[in-house]
Amino acid sequence: MLHSRTLLAATVAVFGLFAGPDARAETPPDTLIQAWAIDDIISLDPAEIFEFTASEIAGNSYEGLIGYDPMDVTKIYGKIAESWEVAADGMSISFKIKPGRTFASGNPITAEDVVFSLTRAVKLDKSPAFILTQFGLNADNVDQMVTQEGDDTVVFRMDKPYAPTLVLYCLTATVGFVVDKQTVMANEQNGDFGYEWLKTNYAGSGPFSIREWRANEAVVLERNENYSGDAAPMARVIYRHIPEGATQRLLLEQGDIDIARSLTAEELDAVRANADLKIQEGPKGSIYYLGLNQKNENLSKPEVRQAMKYLVDYQAIADTIMKGKVTVHQAFLPKGFLGALEDTPFSLDVAKAKELLAAAGVPDGFSVTMDTRNTPEITGIAQAIQQTMAQAGIQMELIPGDGQQTLTKYRARNHDIYIGRWGPDYQDPHTNADTFARNPDNSDDAASKPLAWRNAWDIPDMTAKADAAVLEGDAGKRGEMYLEIQKEHQETSPFVIMFQEIEVSAMRSNVNGFIVGPSFNDNNFAHVTK
Amino acid sequence: MSDTTANGGRESALLRFLWKTVKLLATVALTFLGLLLATFLIGRVVPVDPVLAVIGDRAPQSVYDRVYVELGLDRPLYEQFWLYLEKVFTGDFGQSFLTKRDIVDDIRRVFPATLELATVAILIGTLFGIPLGVWAAVRQGRFADQFVRVFGLIGYSAPIFWLGLLGLLVFYARLHWVAGPGRIDIAYEYSITAKTGLLLLDSAMQGEWDAFKNVFSHIILPASLLGYFSMAYISRMTRSFMLNELAQEYVTTARVKGVPEWRIIWVHALGNAAVPLVTVVALSYANLLEGSVLTETVFAWPGLGQYLTNSLQNADMNAVLGGTLVIGAIFVGLNLLSDLLYNLLDPRVRRHA
Repeated sequence: MLHSRTLLAATVAVFGLFAGPDARAETPPDTLIQAWAIDDIISLDPAEIFEFTASEIAGNSYEGLIGYDPMDVTKIYGKIAESWEVAADGMSISFKIKPGRTFASGNPITAEDVVFSLTRAVKLDKSPAFILTQFGLNADNVDQMVTQEGDDTVVFRMDKPYAPTLVLYCLTATVGFVVDKQTVMANEQNGDFGYEWLKTNYAGSGPFSIREWRANEAVVLERNENYSGDAAPMARVIYRHIPEGATQRLLLEQGDIDIARSLTAEELDAVRANADLKIQEGPKGSIYYLGLNQKNENLSKPEVRQAMKYLVDYQAIADTIMKGKVTVHQAFLPKGFLGALEDTPFSLDVAKAKELLAAAGVPDGFSVTMDTRNTPEITGIAQAIQQTMAQAGIQMELIPGDGQQTLTKYRARNHDIYIGRWGPDYQDPHTNADTFARNPDNSDDAASKPLAWRNAWDIPDMTAKADAAVLEGDAGKRGEMYLEIQKEHQETSPFVIMFQEIEVSAMRSNVNGFIVGPSFNDNNFAHVTK
Repeated sequence: MSDTTANGGRESALLRFLWKTVKLLATVALTFLGLLLATFLIGRVVPVDPVLAVIGDRAPQSVYDRVYVELGLDRPLYEQFWLYLEKVFTGDFGQSFLTKRDIVDDIRRVFPATLELATVAILIGTLFGIPLGVWAAVRQGRFADQFVRVFGLIGYSAPIFWLGLLGLLVFYARLHWVAGPGRIDIAYEYSITAKTGLLLLDSAMQGEWDAFKNVFSHIILPASLLGYFSMAYISRMTRSFMLNELAQEYVTTARVKGVPEWRIIWVHALGNAAVPLVTVVALSYANLLEGSVLTETVFAWPGLGQYLTNSLQNADMNAVLGGTLVIGAIFVGLNLLSDLLYNLLDPRVRRHA
């Protein structure tokens, strides 16, 4: 036994040698450390950024022409622009650039930079470019559509008189952020507008500058000393890639990180009980929904679609599995958007669902599959739905898959039911109407493939209504139009819209000033103190 | 006459050596080619659309179609593979869709993290595993043997995910003996410049002993866990090799000669058991070097396992192929190394060579 005691003593000695109070470090006072899963970042170029984490980073390191108050999105204000004016015919908007502001490089922000940034995004034609090109811009005409007039004015022209708020909100998206032309073009190779360089580098003017991005490891931001607004209190903001919620919680409790971004409902309960920690939440625009493929014979029956909306126990899921992380919401426009419908007519009602199934000619139910992303939350929701569906005889088989795997199948319309989450691309109602309530061409090789197309829902009339709403200049009337579309959509669509997301972050109680906005590029830590 | 014989002998030895080298190179080349082909095909069979990793879920169809062509996915499979091979031969492993960096740079960043963890782990596994195995063999059937067996069994069968979290909870959160997940504390991160990427080595070479201590305090828990797993395997194998040796006649002879028992066990028997043990240790090391996804996830360790898994899930084939090549190279390399050690340790092989 001497031997085992020696081994044990040796182990303890090794640990003891390196133990000590400094093994447990506090975060430095001028550094904010956040734990999040940052493996969704695929680019740092605003012309390409479309993912949650990268959007948030861009929101704190770049600036657009205009912005809005995250607490009240109807309040739009100028960031790089001092003022703007919509032309009488509604076909263009002129932006006057604020004088005397600079990029992190020290270069002045000019009208030329703005024109360069917008035309560059259109010409590069990366994923988010459609937010700009939907106004009739393309690589060939953008040099005539977006131009500099005089020293300090940029004119943005469109092919139709779109609702001005739509255009303005689109320009607040990350694709409209302004890059430093001089810095970017100094790194141009083979006419790529500096894309090869900027996708892993930085050329912006926000309160922080991006020092480095180590993929799947960390992103380091530093205070931009040339920022034209008030300097950020934090000298450094670091995102650490900690995919596991349980690990995030441990680190937060120990004080090794300041903010944990992706805790589960259960972990959040533990945080609530801890006096050293606190919770901050903000409603997000993301929506959880089921997409019922209309190529499936059973699902294409209107009564079946209706019945399924009565076979989800919305409140129970929101109170347990997703406690604190969602609210029940049943229309395609999230709360906070112009014209959002807040009625929630559906609740679990098995008797009613059975009646509807009988009327559809399937009184004993049927078998169906649901492609389910293998994250704990989506799986939990799916299993709850599976149980309530079974009460009316619908045998739902869950097919688990990785995110890209389920998505591949969904985009090819090979699913029966898909459980998904959809976040708006910008703050205007058109962003969700465009995908949930428009389907210009339902053929397999359509040029545009919105969510309505993915579920093979052919809706020429509703598409026309959504198109009309885009051109309505009067916000009040426009809101009414969206309400009407949503009411019809809520009753007839093959989308079982269930919840709106609430983003919840857990942080040390000394962290103040973190703002959780409606979209990820509104999440702001420029005023955080600790 | 004798001169020509000597010359002929030298020439034929040279020829034999050349032939051996050529054979070896051909085997290695074929192994790599097979590895690439298999990985490539698996990547194309996985029901994941690689375009999605590049453009995300929102892009319009026109962007999708353009990227599909840019990635060469419209060409026949054999052509895609050939194009890839052509590039690999010129040393261009392509770019990762996900990290937007050259594969070589990515691997240079993630592999040292895994290498460092695996090396510390295999040291722990070997330093504890071999004595435990010897001890169990010597006390065969007695308490010590049972103890080592049960201790090893737990290491072999407990889910590492669970053990990892438990380890963090006890040693990091409760006892504060070790640092938490990650490789180094932020405070030390910029005090050392990455030369080898192995933080223990870098900090020691630069004389940053506080940073060294911090890195050690981060690595010791995950390395001990992985080491525990290797230890379980190594101790079982040591035990069985030792039992085999201890039953040999030379052991009896040595005992009759009056050689001290410790010398019989640790020098005579273990010396002979060491030959097959080299392969066992080398294989355990190779397994560790592939990167352990679960350990890396729990401990937020930015290593090869996480990189490869993430790439595979997103059908980022350049990254997957690059990573596979590295793992292939590790296996081939360690195999060669253990062959070499065989030569050194086993007099019979040495004489034949």
